[in-house]
Amino acid sequence: MIDSVGWGTLGELALRHLYLAGVPLVVGLLISLPLGWLARHVRWLGPPLVAGTGLMYTIPSLALFILLPLVLGTRILDDANVLVAMTIYTVALLTRTVADGFASVPSHVSQAATAMGYGELRRVVAVDLPLAVPVVAAGLRVAAVSNVSIVSIAALVGVSQLGSLFTDGFNRNAMGPIVVGVGACVALALLLDAAIALLARAVTPWLRRGVPA
Amino acid sequence: MIVSVWEWLVDPASWSGPGGILAQSLAHLRYSFIALLVAALVAVPVGLWVGHTGRGRWLAVNIAGAFRAIPSLGVLFVAVLLLLPRLRGELAFELPALIVLVLLAVPPILSGTYAGVQATDPAARDAARGMGMTGAQVLRQVEVPGAMPLIMSGLRAAMLQIIGTATIAAVVGMGGLGRFLIDGQASRDYAQMAGGALVVAALALAVDQALALVQRALVSPGLSTASAR
Amino acid sequence: MIRFESVTKRYADGTVAVDGLDLEVPGGGITVLVGPSGCGKTTSLRMINRMVEPSSGRILIHDRDVADRPPAQLRRSIGYVIQHAGLFPHRTVLANVMTVPRLLGWDRGRARAAAMESLEKVGLTADQARRYPTQLSGGQQQRVGVARALASGPEVVLMDEPFSAVDPIVRAELQDEVRRLQRELGITVVLVTHDIDEALSLGDMVAVMRQGGHLAQFAHPAELLAEPADDFVATFVGRDRGYRALGFVDVAVTPSPVLTARLGESVPAGTGWVLAVDEVGAPIGWADATGWGGPLTDSRLHRLGTLAPAGASARTLLDAVLSSPSRRGVVVEDGRVVGTVGADEVLRALGTLR
Repeated sequence: MIDSVGWGTLGELALRHLYLAGVPLVVGLLISLPLGWLARHVRWLGPPLVAGTGLMYTIPSLALFILLPLVLGTRILDDANVLVAMTIYTVALLTRTVADGFASVPSHVSQAATAMGYGELRRVVAVDLPLAVPVVAAGLRVAAVSNVSIVSIAALVGVSQLGSLFTDGFNRNAMGPIVVGVGACVALALLLDAAIALLARAVTPWLRRGVPA
Repeated sequence: MIVSVWEWLVDPASWSGPGGILAQSLAHLRYSFIALLVAALVAVPVGLWVGHTGRGRWLAVNIAGAFRAIPSLGVLFVAVLLLLPRLRGELAFELPALIVLVLLAVPPILSGTYAGVQATDPAARDAARGMGMTGAQVLRQVEVPGAMPLIMSGLRAAMLQIIGTATIAAVVGMGGLGRFLIDGQASRDYAQMAGGALVVAALALAVDQALALVQRALVSPGLSTASAR
Repeated sequence: MIRFESVTKRYADGTVAVDGLDLEVPGGGITVLVGPSGCGKTTSLRMINRMVEPSSGRILIHDRDVADRPPAQLRRSIGYVIQHAGLFPHRTVLANVMTVPRLLGWDRGRARAAAMESLEKVGLTADQARRYPTQLSGGQQQRVGVARALASGPEVVLMDEPFSAVDPIVRAELQDEVRRLQRELGITVVLVTHDIDEALSLGDMVAVMRQGGHLAQFAHPAELLAEPADDFVATFVGRDRGYRALGFVDVAVTPSPVLTARLGESVPAGTGWVLAVDEVGAPIGWADATGWGGPLTDSRLHRLGTLAPAGASARTLLDAVLSSPSRRGVVVEDGRVVGTVGADEVLRALGTLR
């Protein structure tokens, strides 16, 4: 069945898919960290910020892919449209997660750090953030899997990635490429998911049980 | 741009008729709710069982994860190609769309439900058993009411995704608000597309608010007054 | 009344929680199971209502093997109170207390009446009955837990660390409440705690258990303090067990009369310590009229020591003496001053014992 696509094409599309889904994941996380921290620590800003970013998730992806060129002044086939759209969805999912993550840090630990003389920013980076990793990583995994799925819809506006196999197969009434595309999408999503899980595990050695230090 | 979108939105002609915003919104809502109902009928009982027995937790987490990974567009095309020759009329298009939306809705409902049951205070569960409740009584009288907030947030998250993703059903010729996006793209009518997108977002928010009201009615005040003394 | 016959609980991984326990819990009193963590006390308690099934041996209530009754039915006949109360957060206080009567199939009206009566017994109001558990303080929640266990009028009530999660002042209140309820209702209470002081002050009988689920000693608290069966029990009951044993010793000491005065009354200089009382004769403070005389005022008063009720134990009498500024312990009856005692009198009385 792979022959209906060819390994070369499949690899190329998969790499583009990873790029279109992965880069926004990193950028979205970097934007969500300060936003989530603000939502948690500036009382009046919390609810509107979390609700506002969450609101962006209700915009249908297809509409965003088509309309962003008009807003950004880019060409319809430009990768930037997809990258920006996916970053928006990532921020929509992660701002709440990051806020929840900071909320999951036991307050006695934060207070102990402050009492020992940590400055605010230093404490957030050295104490709060590491302890928030499990919650943030769980949200990041959901965002990664969801990104991979949404990126494939960009095939409808002609941006090539694994989703192109869907439109290509459907137009030719050929099941082969579609099935290969679905399989590759799922595999890519699970791979990304597992990679984040492993990374989170690697940076939180204190959560591993039964392993002597 | 903004002006033309506004003009499209306030033009009575956009709203009326068989292809108007009202008719398409109703169609959109109809299969969104059917999909939510079917997904809930599958995911809630499974979630309750997993949460209550503690068995199959690993399986539930991974099935939910794997379902999330399935690309909706690909599954839609597969289902259409498979079912189109075998079914007649509207059903040939509606069934594939429903399958996609149900697959999409199962993970959040499933994980919300079992997480809700597991979040029930262990002391309350122990007390319930200790007072002589049977397993079914513990589930119905203690775990389900306790899980209700998370079950409802699972349903709301699922519905937000359903309403957004239901737009792609228009790609295979179905009705619903996705028509404005697909037809607008075909005719390069950006006002119609942007207007359609706004209507979808507004519909998603309105339904979410309606479900929030249902949630308030279903969740005991004792669970939401945690900090009120 | 509740009899453990060589009861053993061994888990699948080989750990033995309870090892050949033989115990006869007498009816109509408070029996406390006490010991360090991992001694099997909670497991033993939970085997009574079949929350845990023994690996071997049997448990009888009124000579009837609990294993012969369906677990749910058995549990409905036994009250159950746990550490964090385990109230149902989605139900009002009243609905929580109605749980067991409803499980027993009582109609709503009868269940409600029983629940209200039970809430009243533990000192909660109709207004509090309408609230949700989270709207009550921790101590009040635990009272609801007790009311819930008593609502259907069970003969036996099991309590697993019922007061461990509340502050010491509330804990003392709840302990008094449980003791009063037990006497009033004549129920049989089996209570688990890790706190030896709670065990000694609350228990009519105390079973001290040690790691591995062995019963170290089963005795009256006074006997535990006076004659610990072995080193483990001696260490567990604590270093000052001799002094604490005085809490169970009655001494015949007749209080001597004391010079009392009301506020405003004139006290001659050189009188020594004077006990100030109010109009009904209740003590309000001590005044030292050694190098001073004149009308007694508020500002002249020293704080009272602890008060010993008439017929108090040697420990209470001594504490009244030691905490009093005049070194005379005040003995009261119905709140009114009867007289005072001195340390030498108490010690002399102790010396004549045995």
